[in-house]
Amino acid sequence: MKPRHKKLAAIVAGVTALGVASILVLNAFQSNLVFFFSPTQVMANEAPVGKSFRIGGLVEMGSIQREDGSTTVRFAVTDTAEIIPVIYTGILPDLFKEGKGVVAQGKLSDNGIFEADEVLAKHDENYMPPEAAEALEQAAKAQKASLTQ
Amino acid sequence: MAINWFKYSSPASFYSLAGKMIPIFVFLAVVLTIAGLYVGFFVAPTDFQQGEAYRIIFIHVPAAWMSMFLYVIMAVWAGIGLAFNTRLSSMMATAIAPTGAMFTFLALWTGALWGKPMWGTWWVWDARLTSELILLFLYIGFMSLQAAIDDPRRADKAGAIIALVGVVNIPIIYFSVQWWNTLHQGASVSLNQAPAMATTMLTGMMIMVFASWMYSIVVILKRVRVIILERESHTAWVAELRKKEAAR
Repeated sequence: MKPRHKKLAAIVAGVTALGVASILVLNAFQSNLVFFFSPTQVMANEAPVGKSFRIGGLVEMGSIQREDGSTTVRFAVTDTAEIIPVIYTGILPDLFKEGKGVVAQGKLSDNGIFEADEVLAKHDENYMPPEAAEALEQAAKAQKASLTQ
Repeated sequence: MAINWFKYSSPASFYSLAGKMIPIFVFLAVVLTIAGLYVGFFVAPTDFQQGEAYRIIFIHVPAAWMSMFLYVIMAVWAGIGLAFNTRLSSMMATAIAPTGAMFTFLALWTGALWGKPMWGTWWVWDARLTSELILLFLYIGFMSLQAAIDDPRRADKAGAIIALVGVVNIPIIYFSVQWWNTLHQGASVSLNQAPAMATTMLTGMMIMVFASWMYSIVVILKRVRVIILERESHTAWVAELRKKEAAR
């Protein structure tokens, strides 16, 4: 092998070794890199106890209840398997809607209610004009109707 | 008779080749930017959830893609320079870094401006945002390390090591939204799936991606020409060029 080919081989080997090492490190830190826990994970006691953490999922349809005269709002976060009730006082982001993604930070109280001190909307990757969204919704409804018949 | 590509690995002949290529890419960059912004702001429809705020994608997505592409290209050039001691490839790596850093900053900044109204926060430490911030630090680290070493050949070698080590961050950025729960949404456009985006929106975005490519080529070629002149200032061909310029 020519010296420059040896050098190239050394660089390729070095980068490969580094790649493998980082995969192992990332695997080891897997749990710390998680930005939020799903309701199923919380129910399985995977979330930290007594410490602040984030839960993420969809806002359960029909679960949003606002208290009169205050900014306190109650809703439930679901991953379609488990449901966790959340209470939050403060301003909600624009994209906070029923059936849409949400990430809430706070603590789980003893009675199983998640007391959030921050609520963020998690946007999905779909971009379309409102007419297209409406058409999709109607198609879904029609499909549902035909299924129940 | 094949073209002798190695001819252009000499800084002197690449200097004049780059000079000839720049006007073409300037033209393409201007035309594509105007077309992309026009489609993005006047033709593409409003989004069903985000309203007008989604128009960030016409800047944010191309910037974020470029920040990753340019890093890989920079690392490849730096690696070739390190392995084969070719001067021009190291100069290319040095020329790419500031543009890559600019696009990284642009992606982070536009993302923050969008995040406040949409997510409810400017910044979160999720895997996608954090790894993109690390990319900015890698670019800055590469540039400051090269600037700190006086001997350009040693600066090239040291910079190449940073660039190559940092390459592991690129797949982490790209796959972070799949590997971990992140606040940042998943990819709307990927190689193995139909894009989750209306066609006109996608068209506008892709035109802006090509415009960003053309812009990058223009500034990188211009910058590499300056670097060539700077590093070859002791050579005969630069002296001749100087004479020619003075005579004009």
